[in-house]
Amino acid sequence: MIDPQHNQQAVLSEELPTPIAGPSAVANRFLTSDNEVTLVQLGQGQLIFRRFRKHRLAMAGAVTLLLLTLMGIFAPLISPEDSLNWNYLASNVPPRLTYPGASDWRYIMGSDANGHSLLMWVTYGARVSLAVGLISAALTMIIAIIVGGTAGYFGGWIDAVVMRITDVFLTLPFLPLLILLSFYISKGSMWLIVLIFGVLSWPGAARLVRGYYLTFRQQEFTEAARAVGVSDTRIIFRHILPNAMSPVIVATTLAVAGFIGAEAAIDFLGVGIKPPTVSWGLSLANSQTYFGEGNWWWALFPGLFLLITTLSINFLGDGLRDALDVRSRR
Amino acid sequence: MQEENGRKPLQVTTGPGDDVLMDVRHLKTYYPVLGGIMRRRVGWVKAVDDVSFAIRRGETLGLVGESGCGKTTIGRSIIRLLKPLAGEVIFEGKNILDLPRDEMKRTRKDLQIIFQDPYGSLNPRMPVGDIIGEGLMVHGMKNRKEREEIVQYFLSVVGLRKEYVRRYPHEFSGGQRQRIGIARALALRPKFVVGDEPVSALDVSIQSQVLNLLKDLQQEFGLTYLFTAHDLSVVEYISDRVGVMYLGKMVELATAEELYANPRMPYTQALLSAIPIPDPSVKKQRIVLQGDVPSPINPPSGCPFRTRCWLAQEVCSAETPPLREVAPSHWAACHFA
Repeated sequence: MIDPQHNQQAVLSEELPTPIAGPSAVANRFLTSDNEVTLVQLGQGQLIFRRFRKHRLAMAGAVTLLLLTLMGIFAPLISPEDSLNWNYLASNVPPRLTYPGASDWRYIMGSDANGHSLLMWVTYGARVSLAVGLISAALTMIIAIIVGGTAGYFGGWIDAVVMRITDVFLTLPFLPLLILLSFYISKGSMWLIVLIFGVLSWPGAARLVRGYYLTFRQQEFTEAARAVGVSDTRIIFRHILPNAMSPVIVATTLAVAGFIGAEAAIDFLGVGIKPPTVSWGLSLANSQTYFGEGNWWWALFPGLFLLITTLSINFLGDGLRDALDVRSRR
Repeated sequence: MQEENGRKPLQVTTGPGDDVLMDVRHLKTYYPVLGGIMRRRVGWVKAVDDVSFAIRRGETLGLVGESGCGKTTIGRSIIRLLKPLAGEVIFEGKNILDLPRDEMKRTRKDLQIIFQDPYGSLNPRMPVGDIIGEGLMVHGMKNRKEREEIVQYFLSVVGLRKEYVRRYPHEFSGGQRQRIGIARALALRPKFVVGDEPVSALDVSIQSQVLNLLKDLQQEFGLTYLFTAHDLSVVEYISDRVGVMYLGKMVELATAEELYANPRMPYTQALLSAIPIPDPSVKKQRIVLQGDVPSPINPPSGCPFRTRCWLAQEVCSAETPPLREVAPSHWAACHFA
């Protein structure tokens, strides 16, 4: 008859109509003649989480990212040394579990030419990489929502002007400009790097957002909101944004991976983060000198973490894309 | 008094001494046709072309016509969801097309609309309570609890359970959604409601429920309706007076009984002959029109209907027939009416 598992999600309501408190005699007729079946549904958030959980790779990605974040936050607890406090005599130590005079796991990933342990590089470096990735992506999306949302909602000449500016930004060559700006402006400051990323990357996302706004502004619920006197700002942020949010969340997630890669790239090119701040990209850059002498671990561990992080974010993004799609009923 | 203000006299009145709530004069709403590489305007779609009519307080004016005749555009224009090109919409003595922004926002409380599509007109990401209560909020009722009480009251008024406030639109059927749309329109206690084909998307059994609900609510809240539909029997049932539209023009306007019993304009006659009668023994003379509706970008000169009319003569292409009173309270735009 009714499959029990289905019954847990959808309870057929058989309750009788409740009496109406209002003065309306109109209503009663409806309640008695209304035989429509009522489904007790899960909230939208719950449905999304259910779908997400079924995506194994995405779950693995989410867990990995959580662990990486914790590693960054608790770096001082994991790594016995930090970037200002190290044993300069212990240089070029290959990975090992114990070391004379240091009974802890300090050299589990070996050490670099200056005696910094790679464990320090990896744990403290995670802070910069993750922070730059997350904050840049958030900044990009905020700009993109404001710019793309305004252009798409109002349309007409506002749209034309804003989108031409966007086109100009899109024609700029990303990497050369990034190197130039980082070299002259950021001078090793993480926050300025984030700002540069945000300013250079919003146009692509703004186009995405604009597309959704163009669609939703023609929907009748937008018109209905205007009919009751809701302001344009409120329609843009409270009515349309929640509907356009799924693709924006997915794009933001994937952008995080891109920014982590870009940050490592400018570090590698020597125009990003400066010592004594440490980052994965910087570690990779320094490793070049000694790589030929068999110092493989120096490049391996930061590179591996970079790879794991980017991969996890991409899996997470894929999972979110499927989970947030209302039409998918997996 | 109207002439004193420099306004043109009314083309269509309702009768002397009538309590007119909304007076629409020479309304023109055109859509630009863009073309070429530069997306310049190359013409206009004359969706509503010089239409005048008045609506009495408490009555229901029905508008009928084929798809694309401008019914929906009229409804949207007179509550200023679209910006008409020209004309006046006098609501309680003020031309709402001229109102400044803040005064318009206040006036919006009085002018509400019920949409055709029960699916597209409710925000899928908003709980029903917020959909209905938002108007109250933007008009100054900041107290959440107070708002929710009113929302629950209106839910019960339209025959839905109060517990539905926290549910999302996708959890409802088409008829229930349309009632949510009605509750949203009513929550602001409007004086005038545009029903933009509010039952066209519903199946027949639900249609009658919603129509009766609309009728009862009109009594209960003293509403005035402008009701559009392409279903002639629906309009006959709900309307006190009916206007017939063709190609952006109002071609006939009369009380519902008079119009259905005694249509004067040939287009109306053809339209009414298409109503099916559920009685196989009745032999009907169906008027089948030749050709298609002309393009509203380039409408025919004179009478818009002359290209398909069996009475058409030279005068029809030379002169646009004005909407004139051919019988008491019966206006028609035809040289031969």
